[in-house]
Amino acid sequence: MKQMLLFSFPKEESGHAVTYDLIKKFDLKINIIRASIDFNARGFLLVEIEGTQGIVKDGIDYAKANHVDVSVIDSAIRINEEECVNCGACCAVCAVDALYLDDTASLVFDKDKCLDCKLCITACPARAIEAVF
Amino acid sequence: MGVIRTYDEINEKIKSGKVVVVTAEEIIHIVKEKGIAQATKDVDIVTTATFGPMCSSGAFLNFGHTDPAMRMEKIYLNNVEAYGGLAAVDTYIGATQESETLGYEYGGAHVICDLIDGKDINLTATAKGTDCYPRKEINTYINKDSINEAYLYNPRNCYQNYAAAINTSNKRLFTYMGILSPNSSVVTYSTSGELSPLLNDPLYRTIGMGTRIFIGGTTGYVSWRGTQFKSGAPRDANNLPKTPAGTLALIGDLKEMNTKYIKPAVFDKYGTSMFVGVGIPIPVLDEDMMRQLAISNEDIYTSVFDYSITEGPKPILAEVSYSELRSGSVEINGEKVKTASLSSLKKAREIANELKSWIQKGEFLLQEPIETFPLDNTLKGLKLTKKGVR
Repeated sequence: MKQMLLFSFPKEESGHAVTYDLIKKFDLKINIIRASIDFNARGFLLVEIEGTQGIVKDGIDYAKANHVDVSVIDSAIRINEEECVNCGACCAVCAVDALYLDDTASLVFDKDKCLDCKLCITACPARAIEAVF
Repeated sequence: MGVIRTYDEINEKIKSGKVVVVTAEEIIHIVKEKGIAQATKDVDIVTTATFGPMCSSGAFLNFGHTDPAMRMEKIYLNNVEAYGGLAAVDTYIGATQESETLGYEYGGAHVICDLIDGKDINLTATAKGTDCYPRKEINTYINKDSINEAYLYNPRNCYQNYAAAINTSNKRLFTYMGILSPNSSVVTYSTSGELSPLLNDPLYRTIGMGTRIFIGGTTGYVSWRGTQFKSGAPRDANNLPKTPAGTLALIGDLKEMNTKYIKPAVFDKYGTSMFVGVGIPIPVLDEDMMRQLAISNEDIYTSVFDYSITEGPKPILAEVSYSELRSGSVEINGEKVKTASLSSLKKAREIANELKSWIQKGEFLLQEPIETFPLDNTLKGLKLTKKGVR
């Protein structure tokens, strides 16, 4: 299986080569998409991880045991439904129609269509869309 | 002779719990089913609503006096400048004023909504000091309970038939009509269409000075015609203006509002604005009124203006109906162009239903306008001229 994961390293762990361990110890195939790691600062690593379901789970457990926060990423953006007013301004900039208003005038986000351009974040007047990574 | 109703009769029905209220969307189906005459007999009130970004919004505040007293001249609320040209501790905070430190990401609209939410707001002010107002500076905190009056006064809301926007240039434009992608790839528009107040009473028969309304979650009033009031705009056979026409100046008690129905709006590389939720009940006075209320999105047309043209009049590229705009695409010069809304129809529907329930519960009576608006107002531009040249 393939899964997009966001690793958040507390600053004490930013010197620990957790990714290296995941490859060597678990034989996971890791494709680094984006990274922001600095010694003595909180770090982020966005990876696509590939392996059998059991190994992926073991890898995630290992990372967690080493104080790394792991979140499964299924889209580039997150919509805060409390803040969203369903105006439709984000739909104007979404070239692939991943964002649209349905028959009840409610905003729908089709994450499978999303190209991660993130233009919707700046287009949202309610500031209700945030980048996941 | 059709049914004729008075405001008094309708208010008596509200008090006795017998009033029949529907929304401006529901009435369309009722009229289709029963016809104008029967629908006029059956329905007393139709609720209309809108929830769109309205820049010409703001609030008057009175802070109360300090000891020793101060005549505030430069005033800041959470680092957003408020007007200091009123009496000692009165001010007006405009929705579009930007923070000195955060820019348009935090503006007057945010201050207003933070006040509504009961948050503490940092008040700083300076003054030259006078014999009667000796204090020269202040740095303190206020909230809606600590100050005296706090009322929203919006000089221009509820635009009657606002224009739609397109961008024919090859650059992305950042506007108050949202981000306009280049090469005519999107048309944005801002209206609740058939649910919009002034499209249901296009000749201002019932919406005038003194009309009681829903604003920001509480009761308010139409206080005057709005700025840029252009009732003399060309109209179609249904009395609907073909271009932006009437507007409303609105007032309401900020302390009673709810940020579910009023929210800051930020337009990237443009500035701060404010979503204002407004609901206006329209009494079904007679069949003529019902004919206006029965108008649907298919009958309401607006013009698509090219926002890439910044000098001279913006060219109109197409006339489109609101049902076409709502469908998700319109045809411009033979090409299919995607459409996107900037005002929330979902919120407008919530407001129309909320106002309906207030009336049904007997909590909201109709107020007949004490004065109606003129029908022939025109709009002036601002000329660059020399003193004495007219």
